[in-house]
Amino acid sequence: MSVTAKNLSREEFFYGHKACPGCGGSLAVRNALKVLGKNAVAVLPAGCMSAVGFNFPQLCFGNNAIISTFAGTASMLTGIEAALRIRGCDFTAVGFAGDGGTADIGIQALSGAIDRGDNIIYICYDNEAYMNTGIQKSGLTPFGAKTTTTPAGENIRGNIRPKKNMFEIAAAHGIPYAATATVGYMTDFLNKVEKASRIKGTKYIHVIAPCPSGWGIPESDTVEVAREIVDCGLWYLAEFYEGEFKVTHTPKEFTSVENYLKKQGRFKHLTAEDIKIIESSRDKKWEKIRKEWV
Amino acid sequence: MKPYLREKSAFSFEEIPEKTCFEAGYLVTKNSGWRRARPVIDKDKCVMCLQCYLYCPDGVISESDNNICIDYDFCKGCGICGKICKAGAIKMEAEV
Repeated sequence: MSVTAKNLSREEFFYGHKACPGCGGSLAVRNALKVLGKNAVAVLPAGCMSAVGFNFPQLCFGNNAIISTFAGTASMLTGIEAALRIRGCDFTAVGFAGDGGTADIGIQALSGAIDRGDNIIYICYDNEAYMNTGIQKSGLTPFGAKTTTTPAGENIRGNIRPKKNMFEIAAAHGIPYAATATVGYMTDFLNKVEKASRIKGTKYIHVIAPCPSGWGIPESDTVEVAREIVDCGLWYLAEFYEGEFKVTHTPKEFTSVENYLKKQGRFKHLTAEDIKIIESSRDKKWEKIRKEWV
Repeated sequence: MKPYLREKSAFSFEEIPEKTCFEAGYLVTKNSGWRRARPVIDKDKCVMCLQCYLYCPDGVISESDNNICIDYDFCKGCGICGKICKAGAIKMEAEV
């Protein structure tokens, strides 16, 4: 049975945390834990969610949760999974790492865990920069975005590199299950988490989680912007299962990329030429998706 | 288990954990002071679609006896619920 708002567990496992109002990352963690239930053991590396969830004595996780080293989310999950399995516990090992902790700092641990086929769920909440430390560029910051380390000026207009394709990097390992999602389409995300919890082996879910402070959007717009990124085609909802890519949501017609970009402070400086570059890379990506993915 | 608010007490030196373990879901402070506007639900307009509950980053919206309740101790007033509500049943009222 698919997960909906009506049948989602009424228990809360991430409560009273100190995340900024309208935080997309906390929305993803809260709801994913509701799907996985009280036996989920969460691992959080350095990043927003560990910074806002564990301020001793304010401990906001209702289930077992632990902070790992920045680079070691997946390796700590491996250890937890092995130890609890040997003790015969009923549990789900789940990691929540940010984009920096996944695509830059934690990528080798994740790659190793996928290679070993450890029975874990790895959720990357992607807010497209190191937001916790004050908005520095990460490997998942998109082209053109202004961060404190990729400022927008006369010579360089924000980030000059495109976003790393983490979903396909995970899939290229031959992972049992990988998926992309956004907090804007919550039931799609939650059903992917539920599906992942039923599959044996390593599972990777990449969820877009807007950050109002880092993206320069009003705090009430988190969900709206997280929907728009999919509607305008700059992000796609897809799955990789049993060796096949599959798109789970195809927009009939893309909404305006310019509208999506211009409502965010981090893209305000972009010129018409920059927007054209972003649009053409989107069209190229979708051409490939439509041709090669089911 | 929902983490719940305890009575705030000063820890003695002996009570501070030596290892990295402590009780889960241990809250001592509220978040209500962060709020500039509070969501108020118009019960007549509410159609119980639960979208506000689903999209609340803080999980402060809950359903009980066919009613939507908001935990104002932990609501930060982000206003996502007000935007997501298609029935227009949630209004943001300025805190004074």
